[in-house]
Amino acid sequence: MNYKFNFLPVISNFDQLIAGALITIQLSLGAILIGLIIAVPCALAKTAGPRLLVWLVNIYVEVIRNTPFLVQIFFIYFSLPALGVRFDPNTAALVALSVNVGAYATEIVRAGIESVNEGQVEAGRALGLKGHQIFRYIVLKPAIRTIYPALTSQFIYLMLTSSVVSAISATDLTAAGNNIQSATFAAFEVYLVITALYFVLSLGFSGLFSMIERVAFRYPLAR
Amino acid sequence: MFRTFGPNEVWFIVSAVQWTLLLSAVAFAGGAIGGLVIALARVSPIAMLRYPALIFIRVFQGTPLLMQLFLVFFGLNILGVGINPWVAAAVALTLHASAYLGEIWRGCIQAVPPGQAEAAWALGLNYRDRMVSVILPQASKISVAPTVGFLVQLIKGTSLASIIGFVELTRAGQIINNATFQPLTVFSLVAALYFILCWPLSMWARHLEARFAVATQR
Repeated sequence: MNYKFNFLPVISNFDQLIAGALITIQLSLGAILIGLIIAVPCALAKTAGPRLLVWLVNIYVEVIRNTPFLVQIFFIYFSLPALGVRFDPNTAALVALSVNVGAYATEIVRAGIESVNEGQVEAGRALGLKGHQIFRYIVLKPAIRTIYPALTSQFIYLMLTSSVVSAISATDLTAAGNNIQSATFAAFEVYLVITALYFVLSLGFSGLFSMIERVAFRYPLAR
Repeated sequence: MFRTFGPNEVWFIVSAVQWTLLLSAVAFAGGAIGGLVIALARVSPIAMLRYPALIFIRVFQGTPLLMQLFLVFFGLNILGVGINPWVAAAVALTLHASAYLGEIWRGCIQAVPPGQAEAAWALGLNYRDRMVSVILPQASKISVAPTVGFLVQLIKGTSLASIIGFVELTRAGQIINNATFQPLTVFSLVAALYFILCWPLSMWARHLEARFAVATQR
C-alpha cells in the first residue's frame, strides 16, 4: 500500500461541506416535522378510525416500511412527473423523507396512544379534572414521554438515511462530497471526512435530545 | 427512440431479484458471525474487548450506510483490491450487519435473567459451557423476532449497492428506466418486488413477537 492520503481538497472545500450539512439538517428537521403531522392523524385513525381508514393507513405504513427508501425517492422524483407531479431535487428529497418517516412515526405514535391507561383517564374524571386538563396532563404528557426515545432515535436514523437523497442530485452533505470527489479524485479522504461529520451530527443530536429529555420529562418525579 | 417496455424488460428486473437475495444472504451470514463476536465482546468481563466492540457499534449505527459503502468501495481500491462493487457491497453490508446484529444480540444476552448465569457458575461450568449450554440457547429464543426484523432492514439496505454500481434489483430498474423511459411502471414493479420480499418477513417478525409476548406473560 503506497497510497498518499491527501486531505487538502477536503480542507479547501470545507465551506461546501458545511453548506451541505446545513441542508442535511434542514431536510431532517423538516421531514420529522411533516412526518409527525402525517403520523398523528394516521395513528388516531389506526386506533379509533373506521375500518376503511384503518385499511388505507395500514397500506401506507406497510408499503413504506417494506420498500427501500432509495426506490421511494426514485418513485417520487422520476415516476410522479409521469402523473404530472414535478418536484425539484431538494423538494423531492423533503417529500420522500417526510412520507418515509411519517410511516415509521405512525407506529411510534400509535404505541404512545395505546400506552395511556384507560383507568388513569377515569381517575382524572373522578378527581373532577376538565376534559382539556385530562387530555393535557393524563393523555398527552405521558404519551409524549413514552414515544420520545423512539422518536428521537428515528430522527437520527432519518438523518443518516437522508444521505441517499444525493442519488437524485439534491444538495445535501453527501452530494457536496460527491462534487468535491469528482473534481479532485480524493474520494476516500472526502468520504472519510463526511462520515465523520455525520457521526458528529448524530452524536450532537442524541446529546441534545437526552438533555431535552432530562429537562422536559422529569415529571412525575419532580415538577 | 426508446425501447418498449415488454416481457424481456420485466424479466430483466425480476431476475435481478436473485442478486438482491444473494447480497442479502451473504451480508446476513457474514453479519451473523460478526454479530455474534461483537455481542460476546460487548458482554465480556474484559474491558479491552468491551470498549472496541462498543465503538464499532456506535460508529456503524451513527453513520449512513451509504458512506460505509463508499468508504469500503474506495478503501479496497487503496488497499490494492481494485474497484469491485460486488466485493465492496458484500464487505460493507457484512460490517453493517455485524454492528446491528451485535447490538441486537447483546440486548438478548442481557435479557436472560442473571440467575441463569449465576446458577451455571455455581454448578462449576466454565465460560464456554455457560455461554453455549445456558445463556445463548435462551438468548437465541428472544432474538428471533428482532433478527427477522433486521433482515428486512438489510434487504432494503442492499438497494444502496446500486449507487456504487452493483446490478441488483434497484440498479436493474434504473437501467430499464433509462432505456424505456417508463418510470411509473418500472419503479412500481421494483417497489412491488421489494414488498414481496420484505412484507412476509415483517409479518413473520410481528407474529413471532406477539407469540413471544404471550409466552413470557405467563
